[in-house]
Amino acid sequence: MKRTLMRAVAGTFAAALLVPAVAAAQDGPTIETVAGELNVTWVLVATVLVFFMQAGFALLEIGFSRGKNAGTGIAKILVNFAIASVVWWAFGFAFAFGGDGWLLGDSGFLFQYGRDVAGEGATGETASFFIFQFMFAAVSLAIVWGSTLERIKFVAYPIFAVVFAGFIYPLIAHWGFGGGLFAEIGDGVQDFAGSSVVHLTGATAALSACLFLGPRRGKYDADGTPRAIPGHSMPLFGLGVVILWLGWFGFNGGSTLGTGGNSFAEVVSVTNLGAAGGVIGAIVALGLTVKKMDVGMIGNGAIAGLVAITAPSGYVEFWAAPIIGLVGGIIVVYGVFAIDKYIDDPIGATSAHGLAGIWGTLACGIFTSPRLAESVGIGNEGLVYGGGLKQLGVQAAAVGLTFVTVFVLSSITFAAIKATVGLRVSPEEEDAGLDISDHGMYGYPEQFIPTAELYTAGDGKTEVVA
Amino acid sequence: MKKIEAYLRHEAFEPIRLELLSLGFPSLTISEVKGSGRQKGITERYRGAELTNYLRPKIKLECVVADRDVQTIVDTVLKHGRTGQVGDGKVFVTPVDEAYRVRTGEAGEEILQAHPDAAATS
Repeated sequence: MKRTLMRAVAGTFAAALLVPAVAAAQDGPTIETVAGELNVTWVLVATVLVFFMQAGFALLEIGFSRGKNAGTGIAKILVNFAIASVVWWAFGFAFAFGGDGWLLGDSGFLFQYGRDVAGEGATGETASFFIFQFMFAAVSLAIVWGSTLERIKFVAYPIFAVVFAGFIYPLIAHWGFGGGLFAEIGDGVQDFAGSSVVHLTGATAALSACLFLGPRRGKYDADGTPRAIPGHSMPLFGLGVVILWLGWFGFNGGSTLGTGGNSFAEVVSVTNLGAAGGVIGAIVALGLTVKKMDVGMIGNGAIAGLVAITAPSGYVEFWAAPIIGLVGGIIVVYGVFAIDKYIDDPIGATSAHGLAGIWGTLACGIFTSPRLAESVGIGNEGLVYGGGLKQLGVQAAAVGLTFVTVFVLSSITFAAIKATVGLRVSPEEEDAGLDISDHGMYGYPEQFIPTAELYTAGDGKTEVVA
Repeated sequence: MKKIEAYLRHEAFEPIRLELLSLGFPSLTISEVKGSGRQKGITERYRGAELTNYLRPKIKLECVVADRDVQTIVDTVLKHGRTGQVGDGKVFVTPVDEAYRVRTGEAGEEILQAHPDAAATS
């Protein structure tokens, strides 16, 4: 009843505002059109929040880099986002959402108003879906690069961005979100906002990149013991984590694609509880292992909690969210410790997005409630509600398919990049830092250029105006 | 007593430190310094304008030892510091008149490197 009332109020209010604009039309706006516009409004607000996650990734990665690799992080984020934007418009969106064949979509290329997308002419509403889903592709792409920090050639970014945002991500997004393969496994794979589709996909490509790149110079001792290469700014890192947390409210909450039933408020609350669980899980794991409250690990815990709750956010009740996040936070700590022994992943993306993404996807098979499985209309209730292992098996199949497919496709791409333009900078460039070697400028000039040269090596014409 | 002062690439330092430690010379000091020599400068481009940087970052290693140990230290520094490229740095050896340990007031050559008993305590 409350919902009906709010809709009526919103409808009247919107109608009053719209009267001059629609006066020429025979019919005024109906409750349905206003509700539709309200849905689009929420999706666009969520789009903006998810876009802001790019700032989060930038700060997180720069904070975890050394000061000589600070500027390159900004260039990377902007260039990747720009290339992915155009590629997504040209064909990524069409492959992902242009039809419901099991493999790929086949309509909506060069997306614009009126053009056929899955049998319907595109409208403003389609555009909201187009831009919202693009932000997911951009998040997935950003995840790839965190693990490649401080040693990758800049030229690898545009090449891989075209392949990833144009084909690899759209393929998995079509399977998971676009009515493709994952809809046909069991009664459907439950991945509400993309623990697998977005996060595991990005992390798997990151793992592939790490294997082709090798570790940074100085990461391992002669006997193979991993050494710490501390990032230069914990405050920047922490700000990045908080911005990602904020963006995630749009990431998960927006995946309702509307305001109907106010379920987006539930999703946002569940998301926050998951993140909280992740932080708590990380400090528990730290207490059990290194006995020091590692700042970076607490941040990784928040990210892992958020990644883990991404798939279940639309399927689980509030009580399950902190548990799912907690397990994610514990997994990320042990995962980073274990992976660091063999693979140099400077920000821990393979753990925070990969392992926690796998856990989050599987968690649906355990915690999905019958009420929410029914209201979303995908899959069945999980283990704790008496659903048995059925949904868990479906979820595991999705994880396996995502991992294998993305790993193979990414590895082919990185192998091709390595064989042609090269994937890794020279040792001299790596020592000097990518800021000066790739970009010809420092992210923090005063730190690298002697003050004497910065301020007195001019022509002497500068006068002090007192 | 002699002071050895070496200007080196950053990456040369860690192998030198490890070898000196194994040879029984743990006491040394380093500073981050910037200087110019035959190595070329770096040109930075900032929004279209250029800024050439002639002073390059180096590490300065200082270490005071007994006369008989000078050659060992110098050999270690040369061995790990050399890449063969311009910019490897320089080593200077200068005489030192007196040396004191602040904690005890002891003086002389025996205070130069770690106390014989100190090896186990870290």
